[in-house]
Amino acid sequence: MSPGERIALIGYGHPARGDDAAGPLVARRLRGMLPAEVEVREVIGDGTALMEAWSGYDRVVVVDAVVSGAPAGTVHRLDGRRLSDAGDFRSPSSHALGLREAIRLAETLGRLPGRLDIIGIEGRRFETGDAVGPEVQEGIARAAAVLLDEFAATAGSGAARGGG
Amino acid sequence: MSRTRSIKVGTLARVEGEGALHVRVAGDRVTDVKLEIYEPPRFFEAFLRGRSYREVPDITARICGICPVAYQMSSVHALEKILGITVHPSVRMLRRLIYCGEWIESHALHVYMLHAPDFLNYPDVLTLARDHPDRVKKALELKKAGNDLMTLLGGREIHPVSVCVGGFHRTPSPSALLPIRDPLRRARDLAVETVEWVRTLEFPDFEQDYDFVALSHPEEYPFNEGRLVSNRGLDIAVEEYEEHFHEKQVPHSNSLHSVHKGRAYHVGPLARFNLNFERLPESVKTLARDSGMTPPCRNPFKSITVRALETVFACEEALRILEEYEPPPKPRVDAEPRAGTGCACTEAPRGTLYHRYEISADGSVVSAKIVPPTSQNLKRIEEDVRQLVPQLLNLSDEEMTRRCEQSVRNYDPCISCATHFLKVTLERT
Repeated sequence: MSPGERIALIGYGHPARGDDAAGPLVARRLRGMLPAEVEVREVIGDGTALMEAWSGYDRVVVVDAVVSGAPAGTVHRLDGRRLSDAGDFRSPSSHALGLREAIRLAETLGRLPGRLDIIGIEGRRFETGDAVGPEVQEGIARAAAVLLDEFAATAGSGAARGGG
Repeated sequence: MSRTRSIKVGTLARVEGEGALHVRVAGDRVTDVKLEIYEPPRFFEAFLRGRSYREVPDITARICGICPVAYQMSSVHALEKILGITVHPSVRMLRRLIYCGEWIESHALHVYMLHAPDFLNYPDVLTLARDHPDRVKKALELKKAGNDLMTLLGGREIHPVSVCVGGFHRTPSPSALLPIRDPLRRARDLAVETVEWVRTLEFPDFEQDYDFVALSHPEEYPFNEGRLVSNRGLDIAVEEYEEHFHEKQVPHSNSLHSVHKGRAYHVGPLARFNLNFERLPESVKTLARDSGMTPPCRNPFKSITVRALETVFACEEALRILEEYEPPPKPRVDAEPRAGTGCACTEAPRGTLYHRYEISADGSVVSAKIVPPTSQNLKRIEEDVRQLVPQLLNLSDEEMTRRCEQSVRNYDPCISCATHFLKVTLERT
């Protein structure tokens, strides 16, 4: 990461709706473990809330539950700036405007971060009160480990963020 | 020879959550309208049992990503009645203030992002934004002012965690509220602009003889307290709610339908406006009259104008509170738990939200009942669609579907309190 670069990791989804909790759960695992330059946030609202959350950051990683037909727990990685062309890939997020809509709206209004990565965790069950499935739990752990390595590798000697 | 066509119209992500609207038409008769919506409050009612009353506001705030404050407010008021707590007037003011934030945010979202595209023949806000980027940017700015107010008072960006039974975990100093004043003044101007814009929209010629129900307070436009009144003479204390409003199982949906005297009724901005017009500040009343909006308004499509007017009201009310606020002597009143039952209604952006709790002597929840505004409106939404479709029979299936969706969105159904997508199925024989 370049000096002065503002980075956000955003876990997106509803914590009480089964596998939709994947995004927030990854964010919670990583809170306090990433370099100081990386702000960890959770967003539950609609896509416009997501746009507000990433406003002002140069680089943003959004972690969200997705449905693409792949086995549950599969961790996808997509270039957010190309997500609107990403075929049948959809975010099941319980939001008025979902992730893809937020990206397209931000694109139209010139409000996309310079770099936007999407980490998608394939989910199955999204009813309120559903537990997060075991495969998705594994996906959450894998996604968190990958992000931890990635940020550690690019952070140089960046000190871990205290608190949480 | 009859002809059957069944059209499945993808997803309707613009209504939060998931639901399905089925419309069946035989010749020029509507034979069936069914709106299916699943309701998380049912899950939460069970989840709350056995929990400490102190946990309730944080748990109910998680029911809806759009209106967490409403769920918190109805729950803290109901529980405070059981515990015999009366909050300090400054705490009451702060609760009105945080509610203003939620109305601004929720109404700005619905007016611009979800409902306006229907009126302007855009499939969604993304295409609207291509032609009108500045308007959508202003909408986002307006919405953000509401969100900032909620964050400032609620203490966290997602769910307000500062609201508690008896008051707030912490209350701000007047100077801590200052940074929100200029954004709110700007939001007030943007909200007035919104009224001036939405009143130019074309409204379908459609009126219904509704039973409007809302809270009503002698001095205030209602948020947190009042009696439940209707345009047909209902005037009851909230404690009498369950004697007058009943929930019925319907076979086509796992959600319950609420009825009043056996009939569908209408809660939400239009009901509030019609029943509380005189309690709006003079500035908002003038703006309403200038927009051709005087009660009674029976055209549900004009709810978009009422939402815009209520946004102006919420900005002005928030600014008034900022001027008058003095911190309470202590953030909250504590009370020993005691067994009892209590209920409360508050006005969520989309309508009256009823909660009832029974707690035991040790303060654990014995039972919880939550009746969200969307389930109170479900039967009414179906009846609107049933009345509207005969006017649309000459339209293409695509256009008819679009108009049905618009009609559902008149009620801003909080399908966040339900599930993910609304599919519209139109069947003609």
